[in-house]
Amino acid sequence: MRPRHNILLLMCAVALLAGCRHDDVIFIPEQVSVTQPEYTDIEGFYLLNEANMNSNKCTLDYYDYRTGVYMRNIYASANPDVPMELGDVGNDIAIYGSRLYAVINCSNKVEVMDARTTRRIGQVDIPNCRYIKFHKGFAYVTSYAGEVIIDPNYEQTGYVAKVDTATLQVVARCEVGFQPDGIEISEGKIFVANSGGYMVPNYENTISVIDLETFREEERIPIAKNLHRLIQDKRGILWISARGDYYTEQSDIYAYDIRKHRLVKRMDCRVSNWCMDGDSLYVISAEWSEITQRYDVSMTLINTVTMDVVNNSLIDPDTAKKIVMPYGIAVNPETKDIYVTDARDYYNPGRLFAFDRDGNFLWRVTTGDIPAHIVFLGKNLNEN
Amino acid sequence: MVLTAFGNKGVKAEVMRFYRTLLLLLTVAVTAMCTCAQDSVGRLPSRLDSMQYLSNVTVYATRPYAEVIPAQTLSGKQLERLNSHSVADAVRYFAGVQLKDYGGVGGIKTVDMRSMGSNHMGVFYDGIQLGNAQNGQIDLGKFSLDNIDEISLYNGQKSEIFQPARDFGSAGSIYLRTRRPVFSDGKRHNLNVTFRTGSFGLANPSVRWEWKAGERVSVALNAEYTFATGRYKFRYHKVFSDGTLAWDTTAVRQNGDIGALRVEGTVFGHTDCGLWNAKVYYYDSEKGIPGAIVNNVWKASQRQWDRNFFAQGRYQTRVTDRYELMVNAKYARDYMRYLNPDTTLMYLDNKFWQDEAYLSAANKVELLRDWAVNLSVDYKWNYLNSTLTNFSYPTRHTLLSALATAYTIGGLKAQASLLYTLVNDRYSSRYNGDVLARHSKSLNKWTPAVFLSYRPMEAHDLNIRAFYKKIFRMPTFNDLYYTDIGNASLNPEYAHQWNVGLQYQRMSDTDFVSALRLTADAYYNRVTDKIIAIPKGNGQYRWMMMNIGTVKIRGIDLTARIAMRLTRELTLDGTLNYTYQRAQDYTDPTDTGDGGTYRGQIAYIPWHSGSAVAHLGWRELDVNYSFIYVGERYHASSNIKANYEQPWYTHDLSAGYRLRLGKTSLRITCEVNNVLNQQYDVIHNYPMPGRNYKLILKYDI
Repeated sequence: MRPRHNILLLMCAVALLAGCRHDDVIFIPEQVSVTQPEYTDIEGFYLLNEANMNSNKCTLDYYDYRTGVYMRNIYASANPDVPMELGDVGNDIAIYGSRLYAVINCSNKVEVMDARTTRRIGQVDIPNCRYIKFHKGFAYVTSYAGEVIIDPNYEQTGYVAKVDTATLQVVARCEVGFQPDGIEISEGKIFVANSGGYMVPNYENTISVIDLETFREEERIPIAKNLHRLIQDKRGILWISARGDYYTEQSDIYAYDIRKHRLVKRMDCRVSNWCMDGDSLYVISAEWSEITQRYDVSMTLINTVTMDVVNNSLIDPDTAKKIVMPYGIAVNPETKDIYVTDARDYYNPGRLFAFDRDGNFLWRVTTGDIPAHIVFLGKNLNEN
Repeated sequence: MVLTAFGNKGVKAEVMRFYRTLLLLLTVAVTAMCTCAQDSVGRLPSRLDSMQYLSNVTVYATRPYAEVIPAQTLSGKQLERLNSHSVADAVRYFAGVQLKDYGGVGGIKTVDMRSMGSNHMGVFYDGIQLGNAQNGQIDLGKFSLDNIDEISLYNGQKSEIFQPARDFGSAGSIYLRTRRPVFSDGKRHNLNVTFRTGSFGLANPSVRWEWKAGERVSVALNAEYTFATGRYKFRYHKVFSDGTLAWDTTAVRQNGDIGALRVEGTVFGHTDCGLWNAKVYYYDSEKGIPGAIVNNVWKASQRQWDRNFFAQGRYQTRVTDRYELMVNAKYARDYMRYLNPDTTLMYLDNKFWQDEAYLSAANKVELLRDWAVNLSVDYKWNYLNSTLTNFSYPTRHTLLSALATAYTIGGLKAQASLLYTLVNDRYSSRYNGDVLARHSKSLNKWTPAVFLSYRPMEAHDLNIRAFYKKIFRMPTFNDLYYTDIGNASLNPEYAHQWNVGLQYQRMSDTDFVSALRLTADAYYNRVTDKIIAIPKGNGQYRWMMMNIGTVKIRGIDLTARIAMRLTRELTLDGTLNYTYQRAQDYTDPTDTGDGGTYRGQIAYIPWHSGSAVAHLGWRELDVNYSFIYVGERYHASSNIKANYEQPWYTHDLSAGYRLRLGKTSLRITCEVNNVLNQQYDVIHNYPMPGRNYKLILKYDI
């Protein structure tokens, strides 16, 4: 055989080999240097990417302030022995003590990891779990999945699971309304936002109040249709977000005075996600309307003391235009830098945009699919 | 003749002599058909007898010449040998086709031709299109090969002018033709009993009875039941970069069971100058929907029920020696129920009822010997009813007219068609049971197509061909009106196709290579206003349909078929197909850079794909090997590592032997599929079966 033929054969062989299957290698985190290192008490933050249902692509990213490096998809390499990785659809993330908790909605579990190494410690099985809060060694997790009863007209009420963080066991359950989402703990009570999202068009409109001691539901306070998130400020005001019904009722923010047991203000402000820092409530909204057949994007800063809208543009408007689908928001408690996530088309990787406290654009990085939930890692943080 | 030569296991001299005689008789018959318009009815009973018998063959023999660009075809024995259970399995052997397969016997299988999306495909059953106004998807997994005699695939459209207007209305078409009765001398009845069994708990009996009811009428009845547990083992694993195992999990696919009954009856008939047939079809199935394999989820409990009924008929006649008429009519009713009984999730129990009525008339006039014109007018009515809350109960009236012309001069064949589509949708807006408003919306479009082929040398069967077609697909009822998801302001989605190619073929009675056919096509497609689901906002996973996508597809299809006579009794034939496609997402020009989608290869379209089939025939023994290859892909337009999908390829083997038992015969076939037990996904997180087996017993009386 002439050498020419040998080369041809070799090329064919290479082409064939390239077309062959090879074993899937566990994901090695992708590191992107985004900015200069920065030294404060905040060491970094975790970002939980939700990803689409059935994709099993919920991933965890980490940004390290001390190196200025953004690391994508860190769970798999920290836990190479866990089959099928982190799971399907992340919905909430929190740090309590030395542990990182990720609520994985469609994998029906709360993943418990070491907060620094993200090494898996264990999991708590809670079907259709949504949001998490902690109090004195217990985690409280909302779940859409109520008692399973054989009844054709059965409608599933949700519950709050009380989890012992030492044993990672569910020790008690408290039934609440339909499809409970946000949860907050204040003044010896647990507040739960009932959405009724599965009951369209018969949405829920209440928050459930559970006594922490007895773990019994005490009352339901009507607020508005399709409630979503709860957050309390330093002055005993519970801030409540409602999604509305996408038809005649728009999303809105309500302020409820816990001590006075009454609603004190309706903000008339569109909301899909928010975060609180000190006396500031940072609000983003990307809201669809069935009536106008389009969605509107807005960003708002609310002063929780005066209960007024302070500002209608959190960030530099030129950069804001580049954010297709604002989805998550977080504010660094030390530097007050603002982080906004962009879920874009949901199918493809999202983006994380960083801004300084005045809303000036700092940097941007590609994330996993549907970047959504951020938790900061550092000293004196996240202890309830 | 071309296709029968490929389809048969032996091309013996006797067979060829038989075919030559046949062709001669055929010519006589066709001449008789043409002249009989002037004859009075029933004057030539003896001649018509022979014509009636021959007409079964006519279809095979003349078809390739009626079209400017012939189809890719699988038929008869060749189709039977392909280790395929359903039409979906078989179409994987065509060039340019990608199958979306969620795995198992009951899993949904849809076809995507040249990356334009499965909604652009038309599927025709015995000449009339199968409709699904609700979601536009035809699940080809529902059509078993038990009663299918031929599958033909056309890019653009079937380039024949004498057809209903609807046949001009898709970007690509698959024609399924059911078996037609053929009676050997003196027989008035044929009976065939088939039983298939094997992996996945498959039990699949079927029976077919054919009756020669009269000199001009025959009847075929066919019933089939498919049961499968759908259980199979699958394995997922990952390794460290040094190759050592990181994790490894094996489980059994759950909730993939199916129970399906199909009953079909057809009457075939002849008149002096024409043909007619009437068909009734019923399909009833219950199946589990095996979910995606994700972390910490071990069960799926969703179920689906389907009931499809249709009755259709065709009448085709030569009215004068220059004018032919074809009338088609159909009524279809489809029921679908989807149940999610898992109370830890959102409980769903949705039912849908669809109705379709269809009437078509095609009129062909031969103006000159080489010039014909056809005018087809179709009317279609669709209605969708559902138990969804706030549902809008849409009705769609569609009027289609196609004007087409065909001209032949020397080696040049040319066809042009212009399709006019008028669609009127009526629906209501409802909230909490109240009708808020009633709407009526109309749309009309003109879309052209041009097909050319040229044979430069009389001595060689080499054809150069080209086509251009512009067509659109209407948004489906789900796209437009599905409660909270549909977007009533959607526009149609367009597909533009350009194709150039050539075909060479050679037949020989004496050569070692008895038949050879090679084709090569290069194409460019552009899909604009692509209908894509986009998110509505945070939280409750609400989606919305929008006309925002643009996809450009550049591709090459190569096919080769060869038949060889190794010895007098030993034959070898095979096919090779290869497709290269660059199907790029041009939707968002700003989305470039790290993880960007702009110009990324669209979801699930491999750059390289192909298939190979080899068949060895010796007396009553057939041995078949088939291979399918799908190269690396990504499951999203963002072509990053996290979206990467491995190539997959399967090797299938089968051996069949026919035992002659007096006048009856028993054919035994054993199949081993995915011989190397490859663990693969076609769709991300939907594992496909590993090595599996099938035994088929076919008894003909």
